[in-house]
Amino acid sequence: MIEGFTSLYIFMLAAFTGYEVISRVPVILHTPLMSGSNFIHGIVLVGAMVALGQADDTLEKTIGFIGVVLAVGNAVGGYFVTERMLEMFKSSKGGAK
Amino acid sequence: MSTTKEQLEGAVVNTEHSLLQTQQDLKVLKDLTGQYIQETTGTAPNFQINAAEIPKVTTENTQSTQTVPTHALNQWIAPMWQNLIIETSYFIAAVLFIIGLKRMSSPVTARVGIVWAGIGMVVATLVTFGYPGMSNYQLILIAILVGAVPAFWFAKKVPVVAMPQMIALYNGMGGGAAAAIAAVELARGVTHSTTVQTLAVLGAIIGSISFSGSLIAFAKLQELMKKSLIFKNQQLINLIVLVTILLLGLVIIIQGPQVMPTVMILFFVLALAFGIMMTLPIGGADMPVVISLYNALTGLAVGFEGFVLHNNAMIIAGTVVGASGTLLTQLMAKAMNRSIGNVLFSGFGATAGEVSTEEVKGSLKPIDAQDAAVMMMYAKQVVIIPGYGMAVAQAQHKIWELTKALKERDVVVKFAIHPVAGRMPGHMNVLLAEAGVPYDLIFDLDEINAEFEQTDVALVIGANDVVNPIARSDPNSPIYGMPILNADKAKNVIVIKRGRGTGFAGIENHLFYMDNTRMLYGDGQKMGAELLQNVKSLS
Repeated sequence: MIEGFTSLYIFMLAAFTGYEVISRVPVILHTPLMSGSNFIHGIVLVGAMVALGQADDTLEKTIGFIGVVLAVGNAVGGYFVTERMLEMFKSSKGGAK
Repeated sequence: MSTTKEQLEGAVVNTEHSLLQTQQDLKVLKDLTGQYIQETTGTAPNFQINAAEIPKVTTENTQSTQTVPTHALNQWIAPMWQNLIIETSYFIAAVLFIIGLKRMSSPVTARVGIVWAGIGMVVATLVTFGYPGMSNYQLILIAILVGAVPAFWFAKKVPVVAMPQMIALYNGMGGGAAAAIAAVELARGVTHSTTVQTLAVLGAIIGSISFSGSLIAFAKLQELMKKSLIFKNQQLINLIVLVTILLLGLVIIIQGPQVMPTVMILFFVLALAFGIMMTLPIGGADMPVVISLYNALTGLAVGFEGFVLHNNAMIIAGTVVGASGTLLTQLMAKAMNRSIGNVLFSGFGATAGEVSTEEVKGSLKPIDAQDAAVMMMYAKQVVIIPGYGMAVAQAQHKIWELTKALKERDVVVKFAIHPVAGRMPGHMNVLLAEAGVPYDLIFDLDEINAEFEQTDVALVIGANDVVNPIARSDPNSPIYGMPILNADKAKNVIVIKRGRGTGFAGIENHLFYMDNTRMLYGDGQKMGAELLQNVKSLS
């Protein structure tokens, strides 16, 4: 019971954190930020690894394998797309003078 | 037999050092111990397990049967450290994600932000290899390679224009992974508490919808799929499918591991189908909002599966993304003057059957690059309005050079960015930043709209729907009510456009037919170069 409520508190606080962190974002960063948050939910990788790591039969292993492949795609792809977008902001600073 | 023993040891150790935290561990322990006793002694197990008695039960077993190895005690201490390290690392990862996200919300610190989040991800991934009760390491490593290599390659190689659909694709993969975790957990045949079972089912639904929906969004932005599929009673059919999914989900929650595999398969198939059906009728112009929504949904699904796996890193990261993604979606929908519900359920172009009441007046008047250059050179203020066409033509570098040449002649040049210009909010800003345009020249809708009346030349390059005055005047137009850049209020308008086609929303643009509008037909990059050349040679 207490465990459940602790989880509920974590959920609520994390939700407020997410809302607050984003609330003062300039429009120019909307796309990179969406990409960045897309990368962050790539943490699903650790869950997929655990699911595959604890899988016993072929069915579980197959689904778990697909899960890890998808999750790692999310994490790796999300990171490098975001990095490339933000890289452009660096060059703009150089060109601004 | 040997696997059963390992599982038994794993379950015992796991349960002890995590202070008997979960009911399902107890259940596993009880089942396996019972099975083990049955196998070794031939007698039925005779014990009652509740949380407080676990340590007693395990020591009894160790002594009575002598089959659980004596190094069980050593294994008790090592995993305690193991768990501490894992939990600490997840905690650090969660903190790094939040700091990273915070830093990404300011242009100055944005680049550091993604690196912080990246470090968090690497830390979390590495320690997960040491998670208790893990096996199949080879499979995990192969899966990581299979997923990472193409994702890395495409993320590096894809042109900047195509980035929005890459976000859609990678987001969909995350949703699919969340659904896969749910599938494994539900298929495992372990009895979960009702709460956990419910969260697993919800995560499965949301993750599946996000997966298939994002793939359709990807296909639409990649222009693999151009038509929006709209048919009679579509809303009703979608609703029926959704209700069926929820009912099947309820059956899975209630029946737990005893549920029939066919119910489970039907549940996932319908959830995937629903994601497709939900996204098909939505037009390309609304895709940014949809992708942002699916991004938030994936976050939520990841958070739910985090509860199922008792993984705090997943709970926090998933929920933070779910909340921030929802806010981002609202901001985008607001910029288009539409509610999220309107985007999802009305179907862009649903009014296409009604004939627009306003006829197009006037004609298209072409201009050549030299005249256009002269117009801009003798202007006091020029406002450049970029759109998706500029992205496709990669014209941003030439446009920035043109801007610099005009500034040397003391022409005031400003960039006006519509919130949904391009295929995603901020898309144009990224491209202009790539070319080196400083932030202080870039203005958004609210800042610049009052200035058009004092503007001598508005240069529209590859933008269409976002400058269409029909959004203000024609209630039957599908874009009616969307705030637009008031380019039509400028003294002169020059439109660089490749051909005579309509914009992404498929609507005729009345701006192009106005008396003070001139059309400069050609590829954005080539025309930008010609304008630059003319400005330079005439200076």
